[in-house]
Amino acid sequence: MDPLEIGRWQFGITTVYHFLMVPLTIGLGLVVATLQTAWKRTGKDVYLRATKFWGKLFLINFIMGVATGIVQEFQFGMAWSEYSRFVGDVFGAPLAMEALLAFFVESTFLGLWIFGWKRLPKGLHLATIWLATLASVLSAYFILVANSWMQHPVGVEMIDGRPVMTDVWAVLTNNTAIITFIHTLFGALAVAGGFLFGIAWFHLYRRRRDGVDTVGADRKVIVGEDPAKGAGRDKTDYLVWFKSLRFGGWIALVAFLGVAFSGHAQAQLMIHQQPLKMASAEAACHDGTAFSVFSFGNFGGDKTTCEDVNTIWEIPGLLSFLAHDNFTTDVDGLNTLIPQYQERYGTHLPDDPKYGDRAGQEIDYQPVMGVTYWGFRLMITFGGLGALAAAIGLWVTRRGTVPNSKWLSRLAVTSVLAPFGANMAGWIFTEMGRQPFVVAPNPDSTGVDGVWMFTAAAVSPGVSGGEMLFSLVALTAVYAVLAVVEVLYLVRYVRGGVPAAMPELAAHAPDQDDTPQPDDRDVLAFAY
Amino acid sequence: MDFLPTLWFILIAVLWTGYLFLEGFDLGVGMMMKVFARNEKERRQLLNTIGPVWDGNEVWLLTAGGATFAAFPLWYASLFSALYVPLVLVLMALIFRAVAIEYRGKARSDRTRNAWDWALALGSFLAAFGVGAMLALTTTGLPLNANGDRVGGAFAWLNGYAVLGGLGVVLFALAQALAFTGLKTDGPIRSRANVWLRRGLPWAVLPLAAWAIVVVAKGTTAWPWLTLGVAVVAVLAAWASARAAREGWAFLWLGLFLLAGVASIFGAAYPVVLPSTLDPAFSLTVENASSSSYTLGVMSVVAAFGVPLVLAYQGWTYWVFKKRISPASIPAVHAVTPVV
Repeated sequence: MDPLEIGRWQFGITTVYHFLMVPLTIGLGLVVATLQTAWKRTGKDVYLRATKFWGKLFLINFIMGVATGIVQEFQFGMAWSEYSRFVGDVFGAPLAMEALLAFFVESTFLGLWIFGWKRLPKGLHLATIWLATLASVLSAYFILVANSWMQHPVGVEMIDGRPVMTDVWAVLTNNTAIITFIHTLFGALAVAGGFLFGIAWFHLYRRRRDGVDTVGADRKVIVGEDPAKGAGRDKTDYLVWFKSLRFGGWIALVAFLGVAFSGHAQAQLMIHQQPLKMASAEAACHDGTAFSVFSFGNFGGDKTTCEDVNTIWEIPGLLSFLAHDNFTTDVDGLNTLIPQYQERYGTHLPDDPKYGDRAGQEIDYQPVMGVTYWGFRLMITFGGLGALAAAIGLWVTRRGTVPNSKWLSRLAVTSVLAPFGANMAGWIFTEMGRQPFVVAPNPDSTGVDGVWMFTAAAVSPGVSGGEMLFSLVALTAVYAVLAVVEVLYLVRYVRGGVPAAMPELAAHAPDQDDTPQPDDRDVLAFAY
Repeated sequence: MDFLPTLWFILIAVLWTGYLFLEGFDLGVGMMMKVFARNEKERRQLLNTIGPVWDGNEVWLLTAGGATFAAFPLWYASLFSALYVPLVLVLMALIFRAVAIEYRGKARSDRTRNAWDWALALGSFLAAFGVGAMLALTTTGLPLNANGDRVGGAFAWLNGYAVLGGLGVVLFALAQALAFTGLKTDGPIRSRANVWLRRGLPWAVLPLAAWAIVVVAKGTTAWPWLTLGVAVVAVLAAWASARAAREGWAFLWLGLFLLAGVASIFGAAYPVVLPSTLDPAFSLTVENASSSSYTLGVMSVVAAFGVPLVLAYQGWTYWVFKKRISPASIPAVHAVTPVV
C-alpha cells in the first residue's frame, strides 16, 4: 500500500467531487441574485417565484459544497505535510484570506438571506444574497490563486531550500490565476445556464404533454392552466419556466464563448509555463504545427512512449494557432521537451529521505498521456455539447414553448450534464498534466527560477498507507451516499415545482399570498 | 520574543476561542437534538435557534486552520498529519452534521428524519470531541521526530490528555448550548434547559479546567495562574446566574470562562506550539514553525481589516435574529408534493 498513490487518488476524488458542487453554487448564486434583483425592480410575481425555486435548489447543493470543502483545507496538512511545509509561506496565505475574507461573508450573509425574508427590509435582503454570492466568487479567486501558484510559481525567493513569499501582489496577480479565474467563472456560469435550461425544459415539456399548454395554428404557444394543481400549473408558472429556459440558454451560450476565449488564452500561457502539459494534451511527440483531432494508442500504460501513439486525423496549423496565433511556428513535442527537463531537473530523484522508497528512482516526466489527451478533448467536447444543446434549444423554443417531443428532450438532459462533465474533465486534465510535479517549474523563467517540487516528495512521511486507505475508503463511501441523497432531494424539489419552494403558494390561492395573517407575526418565514 | 510570530500565536488562540465560543453552542445544540429534545417540535425549535448562524460559526474553524497554515506551516503540517485518523473522523462528523441540518427538514418519513437527527447529534459530538482532543494534544505534546512527523503508528496520539480535551470541549459545548437554549427559546425547553444547566454546570466545566491546570502547571510562566483564577471566578458567576435563571448572564460568564481558560492554556504553552514528547529539541515553537515576517506582515494587514469586520457583521446577525423562538414560531411542516 503506497501512501503516495492512495493520497493522490484521495485528493483527486475529493477535489473533483467538491467541484461538482462549486460551479453550481457560484453560477446558480449569481442567477438567484439576478432574479431577486428583477423581482425587487419590477415587483412581478414570476421573479419572486423563480428566485424561491432556484434558491431552494441552490441551497440543497450549497450545503454539500460547504461540507466537502472543509476536507479540502484540512487534507493539505493531513496527507501532504511535506508539501505544506515546503509551500506554507506562500500557499497558506490565500487559503487564510479565502476563509477570512470570503467564507465568513458567504456563510453569514447566506444565513441572513435564508432566514431574513420577513426580518429584513427588501433592499437589504437583496443585498445579502449578492454579498453571499460575490463572496463565493471571491473564494474561487483565492483558491485559484493558490492553485495557480502550483502551476506557475511567482512572488517568491528560495531561502534555505523553501520558497519564501516576497511579493504578495505578484502572487495575487499571477497571470495564470487571473485567466484561470475567468475560465472557471465562465465554467460555473455554463453549469448554471445548462441547469436552468434543462430543468425549465422539463417543466415546460410536462405542461405540454399534459395538455396544459398548447400550440396554435401559427405555431405559437397558447398558455393554459390546470386549476387542480393551483400555483404549480397556472400562467405565472409557465412564465417562470419559460423565462428560466431562455435566461439559462443565453447564459450557457455566453458562458461557452467566455470559456472558449479564456481557454485559448490559458493554452497560450501553458505552452510557455508548462510545455509538457500542452504537448501531452496533444499526444504531440514530435515538434509540429498540427492539432490532433483523434489519436489512439496505449496511452494508459505505465510507460507510454511515443511509439505507442498513432495519429489518425490531424488539422495542420491549428496547434500553432492555439499556441502562438499563427499557423507555422512549431510547438515543441515530448521528444524535444523531455530531454530538456531531464537536463534541468535531473533524470533520477535525489537520494533524499523525503522521497522515501522512491529516492534514486528514474523520473518519468511525461504525464499519463491517456488522461491528459482525453481529458483535454472531453472538456472541449462536453463544453461544446452543452452549448450546442442550448443553441438548438433556444431556436426550437423561440415561439414560446418546447416541442412536444421526447426525443428533443434529450437536449435538456445534455444541457444539464455536459457542463459538469466539462468541468470535471478540465480539472483532471490540468492537475494530471502537471505531474510529476506538484509545484511545476517554469522552463522559460517567466516564473521564479528554481522553484519546483515533485509530487513524490509531497506526501506526509508519518502517515501510513493503511491510514490513507482507511480515509480514502471512508470518504469515498460517504461521498457516494451523499451524492445519491443530494440528487434525490434535488429531483424531489424539481418535481415539486415552485410550490415546493413556496409554502405560502401551496397554502393560499396565488393572488392572496401576500396578506399577512395577524397571528403570523412571530412565525418564522423559513424554518428548518 | 519575535513580535509577529507572537502576534499570530495570539491571533490563532483568539480564532480557536471564537470557534469554541460560537460553534460551542452549535455543537451542543446538535448533541441536544437527541439527548435533550423530547419531540419533533422541540427539535425544530432547538435547530432554528442556530439556523441562521451555525454555518458562519463553523467558518471560525476553517479560518483557524487556514491561519495556522499561513502563519505556522510547520505546526499545521505536523499537527494535522499526526492526527490523521481522528481528523478524518472529525471531517466526516462535520460533513454529516452540516448535511443533516439542511436535509432533516426534507425527510418525508420519521425514520429518515430520525437518521438525520442521529447524524446531527453524533456528528456534533464527534466534531467537538475531536477538536478538543486536537487542541489538548497541541498543548501537551505528540511523539514527533526531528522532521516533525509522528512516530509510533496511527494511534500514537491516543492518551489521557486527548480524552480530557475531547470531554472538555464536549461538556463545555453542552453547557454553553443549555445557556444558549435558555436565552433563545420560550416554552418547556427553556425551563428544562435552565434546570439542566443549574445541575450540570459545575460538572461540565471540570475536564476543561483540569486540562488548563495541567498545562499551566507544566508551564514556566506565572501569569496563566491569574487567568486561571479569572476562569474559576467566571464559572462561579455562571453558576450563580444559572441558579438565578439569568440565562444571558450565564451564557456570557461561560464565555468568559472559555476565554480565560484558553488564554491560560495557550499562554502557558507559549512559546511552544506543539511539543514533541520524544525530545524537547524537536518541539515546534513560535519561532521555528512560523512563516517569514513578510508573510506574517501581509496576513496581519488582512486580519486587521478582516477580523473586526467579521465580528461586526456576525454580531449584527445575532441582533437581527435576537427574538426568542417559541413553539408557536415554528411553522407547520411543508409537505413537498410532486407537480409532475
